[in-house]
Amino acid sequence: MNIKELEDVVVRFSGDSGDGMQLAGNIFSTVSATVGNSISTFPDYPADIRAPQGSLTGVSGFQVHVGANKVFTPGDLCDVLVAMNAAALKTQLKYAKKDATIIIDTDAFQKSDLDKAAFKTDDPIQELGIDRDRVVACPLTQMVKDCLADTGMDVKSVLKCRNMFALGLVCWLFSRDLNIAFNFLRDKFAKKPELAEANIRVIQAGYDYGHNTHSSAMNVYRVESKVKEPGRYMDITGNKATAYGLIAAAEKAGLKLYLGSYPITPATDILHELSKHKSLGVTTVQCEDEIAGCASALGASFAGALAVTSTSGPGICLKSEAMNLAVIMELPLVVIDVQRGGPATGLPTKSEQTDLLQVLFGRNGESPMPVIAAEHPVDCFDAAYMACKIALEHMTPVVLMTDAFIANGSASFKLPDLSEYPEINPPYVPEELRGNWTPYMRAENGTRYWAVPGREGFTHILGGLEKDNQTGAISTAPENHDLMTRLRRQKIENIEVPDLEVLGDVDDADLLIVGFGGTYGHLRAAMDEMRAAGRKVAHAHFKFVNPLPKNTAEVLGRYRKVVVAEQNMGQLAAFLRMKVDGFVPYQFNQVKGQPFVVSELVKSFTEILDK
Amino acid sequence: MSEYTAQDFKKGQPRWCPGCGDHFFLASLHKAMAEIGVAPHNVAVISGIGCSSRLPHYMATYGMNTIHGRAAAIATGCKVANPELAVWQISGDGDGLAIGGNHFIHANRRNINLNMILLNNRIYGLTKGQYSPTSPRGFVSKSSPYGTVEDPFRPAELCFGARGHFFARAVATDAPATVDILKAAYQHKGASVCEILQNCVIFNNGTHDAVYNKEGRAKNAIYVKHGQPLLFGENNEYGLMQDGFGLKVVKIGENGVTVKDILVHDAHCEDNTLQLKLALMGQGDGFPVALGVIRDVEAPTYDDSVSAQIEEVKAQKKYHNFAELLETNDIWTVE
Repeated sequence: MNIKELEDVVVRFSGDSGDGMQLAGNIFSTVSATVGNSISTFPDYPADIRAPQGSLTGVSGFQVHVGANKVFTPGDLCDVLVAMNAAALKTQLKYAKKDATIIIDTDAFQKSDLDKAAFKTDDPIQELGIDRDRVVACPLTQMVKDCLADTGMDVKSVLKCRNMFALGLVCWLFSRDLNIAFNFLRDKFAKKPELAEANIRVIQAGYDYGHNTHSSAMNVYRVESKVKEPGRYMDITGNKATAYGLIAAAEKAGLKLYLGSYPITPATDILHELSKHKSLGVTTVQCEDEIAGCASALGASFAGALAVTSTSGPGICLKSEAMNLAVIMELPLVVIDVQRGGPATGLPTKSEQTDLLQVLFGRNGESPMPVIAAEHPVDCFDAAYMACKIALEHMTPVVLMTDAFIANGSASFKLPDLSEYPEINPPYVPEELRGNWTPYMRAENGTRYWAVPGREGFTHILGGLEKDNQTGAISTAPENHDLMTRLRRQKIENIEVPDLEVLGDVDDADLLIVGFGGTYGHLRAAMDEMRAAGRKVAHAHFKFVNPLPKNTAEVLGRYRKVVVAEQNMGQLAAFLRMKVDGFVPYQFNQVKGQPFVVSELVKSFTEILDK
Repeated sequence: MSEYTAQDFKKGQPRWCPGCGDHFFLASLHKAMAEIGVAPHNVAVISGIGCSSRLPHYMATYGMNTIHGRAAAIATGCKVANPELAVWQISGDGDGLAIGGNHFIHANRRNINLNMILLNNRIYGLTKGQYSPTSPRGFVSKSSPYGTVEDPFRPAELCFGARGHFFARAVATDAPATVDILKAAYQHKGASVCEILQNCVIFNNGTHDAVYNKEGRAKNAIYVKHGQPLLFGENNEYGLMQDGFGLKVVKIGENGVTVKDILVHDAHCEDNTLQLKLALMGQGDGFPVALGVIRDVEAPTYDDSVSAQIEEVKAQKKYHNFAELLETNDIWTVE
């Protein structure tokens, strides 16, 4: 048996949406992470809820990138493609490298399967032009049936274990320790031990099949772990990390966490996650619409809670009214925008960065609002925590942007120690102001004080009408409105955010790659690849978009060429040009609903360098 | 006895037009709050936009004068986040039933413990005179110079249709009856809708003339009271009786009718059929306009249920802080 060392490997599990590909992928990534590999995953769900079985639109995929060194993306193309049926092979082949190993279940390539997948001939391998040597074709379904024949399980339950056979085979291919997978399953099915054991038998059968029939002919791979960071880890998706960040911030601030929300893809998992944790006192209200989600959160904020509303772009349209009310009332509010493809209903399950100018400017009047964009699934935790901290300490709505790609993607999350996170201290009205306080008195940093209902001596009214800076009464006085507009802007500009960090060839890069939010991994990977090819390249990524880091102009002006790469038609580039005098970047813009492809980035950036 | 007077709830100088129904209502609200006796700092008064939505500015309580139509949604979050607060939501007919109609029905459906005041003058006043969702068909206004071609909402129907558990009505100029229903609304646990019939002297003068003064009410209104026979008229000489699927007006002494034959009001009856009939009377149908508490039925409130569920889950689950939450996941250790 040949064992080949690899730096990194990408595996894509694909099958019908009922084939359990997400679970198989999850277990494989957990097994890999447990031995200290770096992982990044990307579940690719079909747009239909349950398309007809075996159909082209019903294919569900799960891609995992396993690296000896840190990996930043789920990978462009896979080294191993598991295709559980003919439709999966047909739709997923485009995600496989030319020399990828392809595992298929021949039992799911019968005449009817081929018809459903619209193959024209009875030889799909030839029809797709695949080199037969790359294909591991096994009668997978039959072997699973044989393996579980003596268990008395019904056919339906037996067929549900097919994914585990594929998983076993992949584990053999990458010399994975099956015990980790076994433990995972015993935990997961703790209440159904016979189901756990059946799954375990099938994984072992898949592993043994690989070992017995292919070990002489095929390479087996090993991905060592080179950058182990000791610690305790869990797998986390971006949406779950966002929810955890909110919970952590509420605990740190000593406040009740309130979520007002309305179901919307791809943000709904935040509502799901928070709804589970009532034992932490989390209150979630599934409202009648997006408007009420935001409006009720603002009501909760007035009442003294850490108030959050979660949505995607179409929901931001509806929430913008109450977000603006939060601006003028100067109450804390966290608005989460898990971006998806637009405009209108657009591409609900796909990812874009097309809401940036909407969250920055999409409201009537002068309406400044901090904007934070999380960079990868795990970063959603810190980004959500910081969004809460800024909202509470500066009495302002804050937009936290993520996107479908990082919200559904996952990576290993080192369990955070809350004591290492910064304190959160809202500016409650000091007691000594009792009797002399008016609602728009400000602390030194320009922030309005917070008087929470229930506190005697501080009754007051807030509202959507402009108020007098001194008395807090309604005012349309010209000078006062001008002043209040400036004070609200100054308050946001006073927020301290970390400097923009430059990675790579900091001192002598010929090209600076700039992006924001969820493209961090792809841009970083592109930079690494170009540097490995001997080019001088640097990467700076905006997590804090408003206010911009103080060193923004300095960093952008430091390099001969700058390219702003984003999944929209140039929104960050436009914002930076507005904020930085004389800044004229190159642009890389793509709105395909899919993550960037590193090789495309490298090609485009190299062309810019060579111009 | 309450330790507060109406003065403790007053603030500022109202700027509504002279004679506006809002003035009368505000005075009754001050009085009702004093009698209810919740401290001003434990009261939140939340309005939307419109003439009547200026009201929180004249309250010495916590308050918000928010955006058009959203008062019920904002009040919902406020109440759920802090159930200790007494939350009053002030809306007009446009704010509450047009732009805010969705929030109005869902606040009723959820039965959130809000006191929801609907100041109904059947007109948009602040935008200077357009028809509202309660303006009658054919109503002539600046935006309907040839008369409207749509039927109005009847607020009680919406409230009942949304499974509301409390509905009361008063005329703004009728202070004692207004104070009574406001107190009843506060006492009722759950969403309490109070429809206040009020005049707009500028854009819809006389809209509630039939019941706007005492004499008119004596003739054209019936004060309903739980457990009391449904009698009305200057000398209580008329009454209401069931008549097949409907109601009928009868005169005591005529055709052998005695007080004993008169329908007794049951505001606590779960079935809202007869309550709805009472609430819809007086639309030029020869029936009197019903005033007072028409429906007042106990039901679990949303805010109580939210808190109860949190306590229940707290008792069941073994994790109660963030560090313990982390431990509920599949965790591995990298050495």
